Amino acid sequence: MDYLIGWLVLLPLLGAGVLLTGGRRLDRTGHWIGTVLAGSSFVVAAVLFFDMLGRSGEDRALHSTAFTWISVGSFKADVAFQLDQLSMTFALLITGVGTLIHIYSIGYMEHDERRRRFFGYLNLFLAAMLLLVLADNYLLLYVGWEGVGLASYLLIGFWQHKPSAATAAKKAFIVNRVGDVGLSIAIMLMFTTFGTFTFGPVLGAVDGAGEGVLTGIGLMLLLAACGKSAQVPLQSWLGDAMEGPTPVSALIHAATMVTAGVYLITRSGAIFDAAPTAQVAVVTVGAVTLLFGAIVGCAKDDIKKALAGSTMSQIGYMVMAAGLGPIGYVFAIMHLVTHGFFKAGLFLGAGSVMHGMNDEVDMRKYGALRKYMPVTFVTFGLGYLAIIGFPGLSGFFSKDKIIEAAFAKGGTEGWILGGAALLGAGITAFYMTRVMLMTFFGEKRWEPDAEGHEPHPHESPKSMTIPMVVLAFGSVFAGFLFSWNEAFVKWLEPVTSFEEAHPPMGAAAVTGATMVVMLLGVGLAWAMYGRRPVPSVAPRASWLTRAARRDLLQDDFNHVALVLPGEYLTRGLVYVDHKGVDGVVNGTAAAVGGLSGRMRRLQNGYVRSYAVSMLAGTAVLVAATLLMRGVA
Amino acid sequence: MNGVTTLAAYTTSTGEAVQFWVLGTVAVLGALATVLMKKAVHSALSLAGTMIVLAVFYLAQGAYFLGVVQIVVYTGAIMMLFLFVVMLVGITAADSLKETLKGQRWLAAGAGLGFGVLLIAGIANASIKNFQGLGQANAGGNVEGLASLIFTKYVWAFEITGALLITAAIGAMVLTHRERTEARATQRELAERRVREGKQITPLPAPGVYARNNAVDVPGLLPDGTVSELSVSPTLRGRGQYRDVSAESVAKVAELEQRSEEASK
Amino acid sequence: MNPVNYLYLSALLFTIGAAGVLIRRNAIIVFMCVELMLNAANLAFVTFSRMHGNLDGQIIAFFTMVVAAAEVVVGLAIIVTIFRSRHSASVDDASLMKL
Repeated sequence: MDYLIGWLVLLPLLGAGVLLTGGRRLDRTGHWIGTVLAGSSFVVAAVLFFDMLGRSGEDRALHSTAFTWISVGSFKADVAFQLDQLSMTFALLITGVGTLIHIYSIGYMEHDERRRRFFGYLNLFLAAMLLLVLADNYLLLYVGWEGVGLASYLLIGFWQHKPSAATAAKKAFIVNRVGDVGLSIAIMLMFTTFGTFTFGPVLGAVDGAGEGVLTGIGLMLLLAACGKSAQVPLQSWLGDAMEGPTPVSALIHAATMVTAGVYLITRSGAIFDAAPTAQVAVVTVGAVTLLFGAIVGCAKDDIKKALAGSTMSQIGYMVMAAGLGPIGYVFAIMHLVTHGFFKAGLFLGAGSVMHGMNDEVDMRKYGALRKYMPVTFVTFGLGYLAIIGFPGLSGFFSKDKIIEAAFAKGGTEGWILGGAALLGAGITAFYMTRVMLMTFFGEKRWEPDAEGHEPHPHESPKSMTIPMVVLAFGSVFAGFLFSWNEAFVKWLEPVTSFEEAHPPMGAAAVTGATMVVMLLGVGLAWAMYGRRPVPSVAPRASWLTRAARRDLLQDDFNHVALVLPGEYLTRGLVYVDHKGVDGVVNGTAAAVGGLSGRMRRLQNGYVRSYAVSMLAGTAVLVAATLLMRGVA
Repeated sequence: MNGVTTLAAYTTSTGEAVQFWVLGTVAVLGALATVLMKKAVHSALSLAGTMIVLAVFYLAQGAYFLGVVQIVVYTGAIMMLFLFVVMLVGITAADSLKETLKGQRWLAAGAGLGFGVLLIAGIANASIKNFQGLGQANAGGNVEGLASLIFTKYVWAFEITGALLITAAIGAMVLTHRERTEARATQRELAERRVREGKQITPLPAPGVYARNNAVDVPGLLPDGTVSELSVSPTLRGRGQYRDVSAESVAKVAELEQRSEEASK
Repeated sequence: MNPVNYLYLSALLFTIGAAGVLIRRNAIIVFMCVELMLNAANLAFVTFSRMHGNLDGQIIAFFTMVVAAAEVVVGLAIIVTIFRSRHSASVDDASLMKL
């Protein structure tokens, strides 16, 4: 079966190649080609999955070497794939959710004349992400990593005629680049330390390496993960990335891109387990981000940006869980999968709302949409219940486990992390309820737009609602299925290792506290947005809200801390270049020029002058010959 | 003839020595004259003299064929070509020996002297003593020996020089050929142009002085008794080869007047 | 007398010719001086031929003459052409190859 692994990557890559080079003749069929190829990739993943189920725990991993990529001395890199349970989980999520988003995009992008190209980019995105999770070494992973960056750039800036979209794409690309530097340094460190990049040998040789080096590698990997997964301090691109078409947001937030960082940390778990300092950094980043994203999500009136803040926060949960070590890895991935379902559903729902509301994104202009879009309302509502952790739905199972694991870390650290996670759960309930109330409940607040077009909210076409329904099923049942008989833990344990978490106050108490906090958040949101009518223009609010509306000043911080020093440095360098480097260069040039001007007079154009020099030269030659003979 | 060839060994006969010293002096003098003579014709003649001397030296050294070729081809053909060109080009200001380039003469003297001294020093340094002589090589006849070499060992070079000669001949024809691109100007057009330019409308003054001289090298006199430069050909003027008879003529006229006055008394 | 004197004579004539090339401005005379230099070289070749006892030196001298003839033909043609267009046979007047 292992020969099938390559096809997982190859099918969407083929789609991207065909769609991007096929030209206009594919305009009518391009979206079907893209969708079918993504779907076939999912079928391949499913076949491999059932094949894998047929084998027992340790034998499940498959390896497949396509060809030798680079072989220089001891440096050897293969294009080789590794399909174990972790990769399998990702492959299924990526191809499954990805295919649903493809189907959804058929309807969503129906009126866009560049739809074929859009599907080409989507396929490229899938191919890059699959390469990332299927690679059996860090170098090939890096290729997929960069491919994801490229595809995200292309998709976020898909509507490049809008300056804001073009800027957002550039921002995402550049911020990601900072993370990419981290990953490349980590790979270099690995090569000098272990002499190889392949997962097996690297992770197996961790015990023999010094803790200092491992901490370095771990921190660099964390930097990389921060970039791709939009964790503090490299979080600023995620909100702006909402400039892309909504299916792109869904794809970035649910199935690809932001999950890459969690994958990287989980995959490199052995390194982090041996480097406690790096682990502390990981959990700190995760905890800070989960609160940061949640607070930002509370203040945004733009439905997509509110969901973006939510993603940041949920990824923060995953990163924190991954930083907790063996007690957290499994739940990080489990939350990633359930989050993949409900966040994709939420984004597709948001897209459906925008589709019916003339692309309006301001939630203050929505209201009472449940009557007009029943399917969207129900699927979005189920996604909402899942994300706030309503008992029995998927978010409940995964998030509750992460909070338990955080408390189980023990000591002050455990209390801080657990407290942060618990607080985050409350804020999550608050902002998601706010989104829900402002969008689907209350009075209708929409107005004619600048050109006088009254929006006519309507349900979206079947191609859009069916994926939402499928995802809603996932949001509802995934958590239960995963937790039934500890299925997911047993599934992943051979790869990531697992330890039972024992929170100091007992698991039931944690669950109870989570429920209480969640209900508090819901109640507060209902009190603020459910009982009172929502003003259609945002009121001036407290300083915290204002700061949160500006993404907690992340861009201002980046401007002051990074852009301005960079500008001053550049100006200084330009000055040095002008005065110092150019001075030397121009001075030399002037000296040569002046000398040449004088030497030019030797070239007076008179044949006889030249003849004199020839004769003198001949005389010198004769003299030299005589001298040489005399010496010899 | 045989005696001469066998002589060509380490030392030479007294006769050849005398011949060398006498004719060698002539050759050097001819060379110096070539360089220093003001007029190109004189230079050409001096060069011809030097070349004839060299031809004699070739003969004396056993190179009979070359000696004859030197006289026939070089002195006979090439030098005549030179004279033709001198005739075509005529006299110019370039003939003057006055130096116009700053420092050229000193540089030339330095370089030439240095080069010559080095060359002679080199020959002296080589201290060549062993002269084989051409007795054996010329045994079957000099021309036959040369011919067998040219048509065997050097046949390739010989063919190439043949090609070179043909190319040179064609090149010379191409260079000197003048394509007439417009119709030749008629008498009328020439006259009209002369009037339009207004430089010299009338015919040029004739040389010679009325009733006394009519040679082309004697310029005509203007009414005030001075010489009219225009009446002599520019070539003669450039060479300074004209006879100014103005003073003489004025004196003659004065004498005539005086005589007629005396006669009337 | 040692035949090496022919070589000294050859060197002397060559140097005189070279000096003439440098000093004279009339292109025709310059050309004559070049011919003088060629002839001096020929004398050296003939003397070498005698020295080595074979005829190769004379062959070279013969070829030199042929090349000299070709050179004179082309060179004089050039001089005539230049004279026609510039009305001057001075090598200094053809000094346009400078800034």
